[in-house]
Amino acid sequence: MRKCVFMASVMIAAVMGLGGIQPKYNRIIASAQEKPPSTAEVKIDNFSFGPAAITIPAGTTVTWINRDDIPHTVVSTEKAFKSKVLDTDEKFSYTFTKSGEYPYFCSIHPKMTGKVIVR
Amino acid sequence: MAGKTKDEILHDHNKDGIDRRGFLKCMAWAGTGAFCVMKGGVLKSYSMSRLPEMNPGHMKGELSFVQISDSHMGFNKAANPDVAATLQAAVDKINSLSIHPEFLLHTGDVSHLSKPEEFDTVSQILNGAAAKDVFFVPGEHDVLNDDGKDYFDRFGKGAQPGGWYSFEKKGVHFIGLVNVMNLKAGGLGTLGREQLEWLEKDVKNLKSSTPIVVFAHIPLWTVYPEWGWGTDDSAQALAYLKKFGSVTVLNGHIHQTMQKVEGNVTFHTACSTAFPQPKPGEARSPGPMKVPAEKLRNLLGITDVNYIRGHHALAVVDSTLG
Repeated sequence: MRKCVFMASVMIAAVMGLGGIQPKYNRIIASAQEKPPSTAEVKIDNFSFGPAAITIPAGTTVTWINRDDIPHTVVSTEKAFKSKVLDTDEKFSYTFTKSGEYPYFCSIHPKMTGKVIVR
Repeated sequence: MAGKTKDEILHDHNKDGIDRRGFLKCMAWAGTGAFCVMKGGVLKSYSMSRLPEMNPGHMKGELSFVQISDSHMGFNKAANPDVAATLQAAVDKINSLSIHPEFLLHTGDVSHLSKPEEFDTVSQILNGAAAKDVFFVPGEHDVLNDDGKDYFDRFGKGAQPGGWYSFEKKGVHFIGLVNVMNLKAGGLGTLGREQLEWLEKDVKNLKSSTPIVVFAHIPLWTVYPEWGWGTDDSAQALAYLKKFGSVTVLNGHIHQTMQKVEGNVTFHTACSTAFPQPKPGEARSPGPMKVPAEKLRNLLGITDVNYIRGHHALAVVDSTLG
């Protein structure tokens, strides 16, 4: 009986020990495969997009944040994306997966224009 | 103006440069509109703030109405934290007139974010005005969602599918145009082919002696293209109106008063009941202008709209055509 209990304890310990190793192993694999996702930010203020033109790698998520005291929108002229109306401090994000040029504007104040260039 | 007290900040509790007394004065400024009188086929307009000093007898005509604009219900930033109060102030002024206007024209940006409750609040406040009807045209802030469904459901009854319409009052032909839909990147306001074709037909059979009043949100003449203050295809609209001896164009959008005369057409823009905007080119952008107390006195000289001290922008107090 004691031998069984002993064996069981050893086996449990071994499993737990392996269990202890497993998460570390997973973490090593994970860090080799994942890159932190690229992000970029465009600030909307004073009736303009800043920066007005940005160049990013494919896969980047661009976040527009409205810092103006007037609502604005972010609308692609080629209809690739369209935000809802953004009041002060509201955000809109879009992930650009395909390379190309993406001109956009504010549909409320169409003189406000910008461009995202995706490499 | 004689006897004006010096404006200074007495208690800057919120550290925003506007003390309560200054704010109330600003409200007085913001609560203006234009009182329009049609007399003998000629339209004259008066700033409502000046009316108390004028002789009502001089202002009688066949038809009178009031233009208000840009109430931006829902706006609540520093330039005016209480736009409902300033709109109510405009209504109170209208109700205090010895000559009641027959109707009101609202030249758009009724709401700030196209929300149903914003439209409803404006309707409620304007119901308290001593005028039989209110006619609206939308601003770009009124058509933000679903092609302006919430706006047109409320204010587009009887209009053409695109929202434009016309009506007659005492022999004067009024035309409400929509120039805030389908705006193109980098562009100005736009009327579009369908609306222009309708306009041509609408005025085709009118006698050239019919006084015409056109109202639309964005100015139909190019005030300042850098800020989008103009309409791409308004020249075509004006061409259809060339035969008429008296054409008045009433616009909003720029939150300040300007006037321009071009032949038989007089253009007027109205102040906002919500907040002022800078004069063309005098700021980085056309956003809401926060007014520090020391500047209020200038804006307020306004009281009569002709406050704009010596700048190119003409402030209209009286206007005649031709």
